[in-house]
Amino acid sequence: MIAELRSVEVDYGRRGRALGPFSLGAAPGEIVAVVGPSGCGKSTALRLLGGLEQPTRGEVRRTVGRGETAVVFQAPTLAPWASAGANVALPLELAGVADARARADAALERVGLSGHGDASPAQLSGGMAMRVSLARALVTDPKLLLLDEPFAALDALTRRRLVEDLHRVWDQTRPAVVFVTHDVEEAVYLAGRVVVMTPGPGRTAAEIAVDAPLPRPEGFRTSLGFREAVAAVEAALALAETAA
Amino acid sequence: MKRVVDVLAPLILIALLLGGWEAACRLLAVPGYFLPAPSAIGAAIAARWPELLHAAANTLVMALQGLGVAALAAAALALPAALSPMVERAVRPIAVGLQVTPVVALAPLVVIWAGLERPGLAVAALAAVVAFFPIFSGVLTGLKSADPDLERLFDLYEATPFQRLTRLRLPAAVPFVLEGVKVAAGLSVIGAVVAEWVAGSGTTQGLAWKILEAGNRLRTADMFAALALLATLGFLLNAAVGGLEREALRRWRGR
Repeated sequence: MIAELRSVEVDYGRRGRALGPFSLGAAPGEIVAVVGPSGCGKSTALRLLGGLEQPTRGEVRRTVGRGETAVVFQAPTLAPWASAGANVALPLELAGVADARARADAALERVGLSGHGDASPAQLSGGMAMRVSLARALVTDPKLLLLDEPFAALDALTRRRLVEDLHRVWDQTRPAVVFVTHDVEEAVYLAGRVVVMTPGPGRTAAEIAVDAPLPRPEGFRTSLGFREAVAAVEAALALAETAA
Repeated sequence: MKRVVDVLAPLILIALLLGGWEAACRLLAVPGYFLPAPSAIGAAIAARWPELLHAAANTLVMALQGLGVAALAAAALALPAALSPMVERAVRPIAVGLQVTPVVALAPLVVIWAGLERPGLAVAALAAVVAFFPIFSGVLTGLKSADPDLERLFDLYEATPFQRLTRLRLPAAVPFVLEGVKVAAGLSVIGAVVAEWVAGSGTTQGLAWKILEAGNRLRTADMFAALALLATLGFLLNAAVGGLEREALRRWRGR
């Protein structure tokens, strides 16, 4: 396992229990999607996996070293005062890497934005800004890539294109990916394994394996396997909601 | 076309108001010491133009000196306050106390401390006092305004405190600091005028002194002339700082 949560619980003072007990692991090269109703603590789980937060109880195991984890947040979270290229180069520059800008340009090319390095974030569309954010995550060649509902604010067409792009860039280096979303179809299309969470404080309600190659073959969205997996995840979600 | 209308609309309103004022003064035969007609004020401005301009420059210079001192002091205090909650708790009540104390009440003390023979120093100091808080508040708020997710990113990549300051907090503070300076610039003129008023001595040779002096002699048209220049000065300063702010923000956003 690259990173693993073992029966973690997170309490937020007066707001009470936010998560757990919850366990989740990410093996090298696998894509895991975490689906759950809003407020179930899926973003908290992601921050625990990234080592950005500590659990109140339970254990977090991470075998990734410094700079080998990358996070993409719900919003592009770009520094508005810096160009797209400078934003992408930031992780490398913080680590003192010499050819940061050249590698940033290469990362922008990977997400289909070559030549946009000098653009300022204010000039980018929502989809382009999210691609820049993705490039910034990829620039360090992470072993663990954490995505927190990154496409939630985008239109359906842009989302689909970004999901395809995510598969393509994942296929180049095969990092472990944990993808949090509330969109069931997106989860099934993206991930080899979908973890369904209960309403908050979130626990594991079900785990559904999606039996198809990654990146997805042409026409996967209309295949029987896709529809069955989506139905299974939706059933598990509904069951978790009624049980709560 | 819209730009022309935007510029013309306030000018037309001012012309209408002045016209009404002029007509009322003539029709009602208002005595000049009570309310001079705009034409009399215009004549007073024309007659004393070099003198008034010189006074306006003096007031402006003293206000800007105060603004500069305030900016340095505010930055020097807000930076440690933004980095340490303890320093912030210690400094904030004093800063707020300074802000809520009327500058008129402080002025006599500052005039004494600066020395009666150096009223210009007192004026600049009081301009600094009123300009301090908006800049302090802007720097402090700005340094703490960075997107929490960007802060998390800096955590993730194990940024040093210095990197976090120079690459995240300082650039994030820029719009807040600019806004603070804009507000402070307007206040610094008010502070300078109040201080000059309290100092009540001709050595400062600013616009407030011109108003005071003309008032003592009941030369109301001259009072209005200085007042008109003061209002114009404030307006131009506001426009200049506003323009600088917009340009700086445009560069900050990169377009």
